[in-house]
Amino acid sequence: MNSGFILSWIDYSVMIIYFAFVLGIGWALKRYMKDASAFLEAGRSMPAWVAGLAFISTNLGALEVMGMTGSGVKYGMLTTHFYWVGAIPAMVFLAMFMMPFYYGSKARSVPEYLKLRFDEKTRGLNAILFAVMTILASGISMYALAILMEKVLGWNFHLSLILSAAIVLAYTYLGGLSSAIYNEVLQFFIIVVGLLPIVILSLKDVGGWHGLQQSLAPIVSSKGFAPDTWTTTWKYTGSAAANPMGVEWYGIFVGLGFVLSFGYWCTNFLIVQRAMSAHSTTAARNTPLIGAIPKMFIPFLIIVPGIVALVLMNTPGKGFTLPLNAAGQPIYDYTIIMLLKQYLPAGVLGLGITALLASFMSGMAGNVSAFNTVWTYDIYQSYIRPATNNKAIDDKHYLFVGRMATIFGVLVSIAAAYLASLFGNIMDFLQTIFSMVNAPLFAVIFLGMFWKRGTGHAAFAGLLAGLLVALLHHGLTFPAGADTLVKGGWITHLHAYPVEMAQSFWTAIFACSTSTLVTVVVSFLTTQKKSDQELTGLVYSLTPKLNEEAVPWYKRSSTLAIVVLTLVTILTILFW
Amino acid sequence: MGIDIKIPIGLMFTILGLLLTVYGFITRSDAALYTVSLGINVNLWSGLGMLVFGLLMLALSIKSKKQKPQ
Repeated sequence: MNSGFILSWIDYSVMIIYFAFVLGIGWALKRYMKDASAFLEAGRSMPAWVAGLAFISTNLGALEVMGMTGSGVKYGMLTTHFYWVGAIPAMVFLAMFMMPFYYGSKARSVPEYLKLRFDEKTRGLNAILFAVMTILASGISMYALAILMEKVLGWNFHLSLILSAAIVLAYTYLGGLSSAIYNEVLQFFIIVVGLLPIVILSLKDVGGWHGLQQSLAPIVSSKGFAPDTWTTTWKYTGSAAANPMGVEWYGIFVGLGFVLSFGYWCTNFLIVQRAMSAHSTTAARNTPLIGAIPKMFIPFLIIVPGIVALVLMNTPGKGFTLPLNAAGQPIYDYTIIMLLKQYLPAGVLGLGITALLASFMSGMAGNVSAFNTVWTYDIYQSYIRPATNNKAIDDKHYLFVGRMATIFGVLVSIAAAYLASLFGNIMDFLQTIFSMVNAPLFAVIFLGMFWKRGTGHAAFAGLLAGLLVALLHHGLTFPAGADTLVKGGWITHLHAYPVEMAQSFWTAIFACSTSTLVTVVVSFLTTQKKSDQELTGLVYSLTPKLNEEAVPWYKRSSTLAIVVLTLVTILTILFW
Repeated sequence: MGIDIKIPIGLMFTILGLLLTVYGFITRSDAALYTVSLGINVNLWSGLGMLVFGLLMLALSIKSKKQKPQ
């Protein structure tokens, strides 16, 4: 299938200029890469606004953009729950309560924090799971990119795969984490600029927000929902049957707003690494808060056009259709691409496609730059070649290892991409399983930071137990209408959820609760081997409170946090 | 680290902005090209927007360089 995109010289010029800058940034940073810390930690030198935009940009991968626009078609403004309740509170919590320990402990990664706070085996388990998960995620996103280029632009699958991998490898090899972060900032702006014309044009086409509400009413009513379901967020969450997500308000609140989002935003090293690269504790705390501001407005950029697409699909004169998959179902993930085609003439079309390509590559670069850090510090330095007394030699050696890990990471990603093209279902399954790793991890890190009694054995047991319960729950339950075992129910069909999302919420809730329970119980059964002195800087009650008095009031994290929470409350009320 | 990110961002958006502005200006009477975008010359408007943003970034980078002479 070729969706019939014809790009002209102007579109290719935009693309080429963008990639010239991407590679140029890597090249310009090359001479600063003198040791492992510069390469893997960006020398802890980033201003808060750069780290903050990178923080949000890492998460704004193309799979997210495509998926969220598709969700806009399927669920309407309910999709904003992934942003307003499902991200902002967790980001504020990370900033205010967790960053001081991540940053202040001088840990270079999340697994290293686990080592400092708990013990070696907890770090090992987390490091290995994270390394495998990150590379798989990178491979899956490369695969999706190559498929997209093949279907939309008619480019060769293999060539797209190798070319995009080569560009990512080039700039992460040259400039390490700094290069990845700078390019994420560049990508953030190009996504906004590239997608903004679609938002404006699509809304204008249906007569603005008011016109959109009116055109939606008959379409939504015919699906059996209240006419304004697609343009409200909480109004119809009183019962699962009244909204297309099939989840009640408490499922959203606890599952998405607490377990899933805190698990993702507060423990995922890919994300936390951006904040750790900041130049000071205040900057590190401000990173997620600065990121939170664009984050809460992203729904207007990617979800609203999806809602307009639903109207277009149901208005015969518009000539808007989504491509169908083998089963004859529309591929919702392609909504954003079909909108690009619908509204953009040559010129801005190149910009829009560049924005998508950019988000794919920066997602990949983010994965690779997190992988090489965890590999070098938490696996190689811990188990293969520990640091010696000679710092100069070590610095050089670990820089070399970091660079090799970058090459290795990209190569394995390519292999994973080919695996995904052969066994798409297995990759989906693995990704589902790994998404379960975060919820137990949050329970363990949370207890570690706020309860000094938590022990190493307990943390390890808690992580394992949480993971096993997640697996078990996934094996025993399935979403209604599931046709593959990847979706669950591979042990037996004990319980059916109305939709997949409800299943994943509850998987996370069970995993997180189990992990908390096991960690607490085992902590009481074992003795705390770490002294209070060793735990200073790692646990809340043993760490001196941060004093922000030297910082002007408008730069304080608490001020920013209040601004962020006020804004998100206003948005929630406006779109209730 | 090392470079001020405002410079590459500013340069890139200035160049892309110029490119699209000029392209939009040349194609301003090409009605067929802009039927998809509801008759709006999006190249011209996007181009101008990017140009302003790019120049603003460059201005900010010059300002922060003056503040911290090194």
